[in-house]
Formats: sequence, structure tokens, C-alpha cells
Amino acid sequence: MADRSLVHVAFYAALIAALGLVPPVAIPFLGGVPITAQTLGVMLAGVMLGPVRGGLAVLLFLFLVALGAPILAGGRGGLGVFATPSVGFLIGWPVGAFVAGWIMNSMKGTNILVAAAVSAVVGGIGVVYAFGIPGVAYVAGLSLSKAAIGSAIYIPGDLVKVVITAIVTQTVARGLPGAVFTRT
Amino acid sequence: MISIYLQKESWIHRTPAGFKLLAVAIASLLLFQVKSIWIFLPCLAVVLGLYASLGREGLAQLKLLRGLTMFLVILLALHWVSGTFWEGVAIIMRLIVLFLAANLVSITTRMDDMLEVIQPLFKPLQLFGLSSRKPALGVTLVLRFAPHMLQVFSILREAYQARTGARGSWRLLAPFAIQSLRMSDNVAEALKARGGSQGLSR
Repeated sequence: MADRSLVHVAFYAALIAALGLVPPVAIPFLGGVPITAQTLGVMLAGVMLGPVRGGLAVLLFLFLVALGAPILAGGRGGLGVFATPSVGFLIGWPVGAFVAGWIMNSMKGTNILVAAAVSAVVGGIGVVYAFGIPGVAYVAGLSLSKAAIGSAIYIPGDLVKVVITAIVTQTVARGLPGAVFTRT
Repeated sequence: MISIYLQKESWIHRTPAGFKLLAVAIASLLLFQVKSIWIFLPCLAVVLGLYASLGREGLAQLKLLRGLTMFLVILLALHWVSGTFWEGVAIIMRLIVLFLAANLVSITTRMDDMLEVIQPLFKPLQLFGLSSRKPALGVTLVLRFAPHMLQVFSILREAYQARTGARGSWRLLAPFAIQSLRMSDNVAEALKARGGSQGLSR
């Protein structure tokens, strides 16, 4: 991997960490999985960097979490978080970024706002929940449907992040076109 | 604060990182096969004992569980409604035991030591002609980038506040993205100017 790619991968991993400092919106249900701005970083990593580098950026972020850096929202970190019900979502993040980047790549001809939104919805929401819900069900010993209902309250917040992802991607494509790798 | 590491001298701190990681991995595998409270009770006692052996700071770490409380209460309620109350209790105990055990490794192992143990796992990267030390360089870059980004954002926000009186706005996202992305380009060039990351493989 070229040095430039490594720096970009690290950049988005750091962005996800920095977004963790945006105060999480606590919803007093399923308190183990707070609404955070961090999935915004996951969506952006995939949409901007493309599948491989986007997925690697999220993996690098999770690697730092596992090493003990308290960079998950709410200052959480360490190996302990991989034993909580959030684990499915954490595993879904790199896959989600990968899928988002892949879709973004295959929609090169489409309007960038639309392409980014579709990629973020499928990768950042669809894929992430496909991993997250079974994760909650498995760790908590709940049925899939109960886990799904419990997780669904986070979807409105995620849709807001999809909109932000699309707007930021479009803006960067205008202001610094070289930084949107899925379009070059 | 950049790590949850607990600065202290204790026998758990002195135990090799690889051993601690292996122990937690095995414990996780085993405990997921277990459903009986009578096995979890002694496990919980052991884990709590380990925290206690770290002294007062160790026990203070238990407050981390507070973040899970709400979830655990709802979980128990759900199991109670579906008539599997005791199964719910067992699951909660397993969750607490595994969370505390994994967290114990993190608070008693320095990040460098952890990285050292993991390092051999990156050896296969060399098969693809990549330096196995790239992940470590990536970690360093992230640790440096994150505070810098916050700085960029706070400068933008201060300027915005001076102009408009408002504390912040989503409008700052675009200049933030562009400014910090440009910074990352500079870093990439600086890295190249210093011989690039390939220099690390030697």
C-alpha cells in the first residue's frame, strides 16, 4: 500500500475517533448502544475512500479500540467493548464501509449526492444492522425480532448521518476533488 | 487521556500481555458454552477478586459497569416477560464477567506491549510485499491526527462564533473536511520526503 493511502486510511480512522467526542445522544432504551456521530465517519470512510481503504480505515480504528484507546463515543475503549452488546455493530462497521465504497465505485455515472446517499444507506445502515442485530440477539440472548425492534430506534439518527455524508461528499468533490477517491 | 491503561504496579500488570490475551480469549470461548448460574457465580467472584487485588483504583474501575446498567435492566425485563427469567440472569452474569475480564486486560497492559504481542500476526503482510510494521505506523498517525482535527475544528468554530455569535453550525463541516484533508495530503508528502514507510521494513 502506498504511503499516501496509509495516511488517508489513518486520516479516516482518526476522523471516526474525533467524531466520538461529539456528545452521544442517549436514548434511555437499550442503553448499551448509544447514538453516536461515529457511524458518520464509517459512512464517510467508505464513500470517500472506496471499499478497500474505507474498510481498512475502520479496521484501523477498531484496532486502536482493542489496543485500549478510549476513542469510542463516551470514552469507551479496550477489549471490554467487544464483550458488550455493541459488538455486532462494531464488526459491521468495516464491512459496511467496504460495501458503501463498493456501491459508490459502481455508481460513478450517477449524481454524486444520490450515489453517496444510496451507498451510505446500504453500507452504513443496511449492512451495519445486518451484523448489529444478530450481535445484540446473541450476546443478550434475545430473539432476532426483539433485538431488531430495540435497534430500530437508532435508524432516524442514522438517516440524518446519511444526509450529512451526502452533503459533505458533494462539497469535498467540489472543493478538493482529488480527495474523493471513489470519483477519480 | 489517550489510553484506559491504569498506571500501577501489580502482579496483573507484570503478567505477560500475550498470556492475559490468551486467557481472556479462552475464557470467552468457554463461557459462551455455559448456561448455568452456578458456574457464573464463582467466575464473577474470581473476576471481582482480580479487580480487588489491584487495590482501590481497581475497584473504582467497576464504575464502568454503570454504562451497561440500563441495558441490563431492560434485558432482564424482556427475559422476565418471556418467562426465561433465570436464563436472563445467567446471560447478564456472563456479560458482566466477560466485560470485566476483557477490560481488566486493557487496564493492566500498556498499548506498546499490546502492539508488541499483536505484531507477529501482521507477519503475513510481508507475503504481499508490505511491511508488517505498517499497522503500527497507522496507529501512530491516528493518534497524531485525532487531536489535530479537533484543533482545526475549534479554530473554525471560534472564527464562526466571532462572525455570527452562534456557537457552531453544520456549515462548518465542509471547510473542516477540506482543511483537514489538505493537512493529510501534506503529511503524506512529508512521509514521502522522509523516505516513506518502506524505510520501516528494514
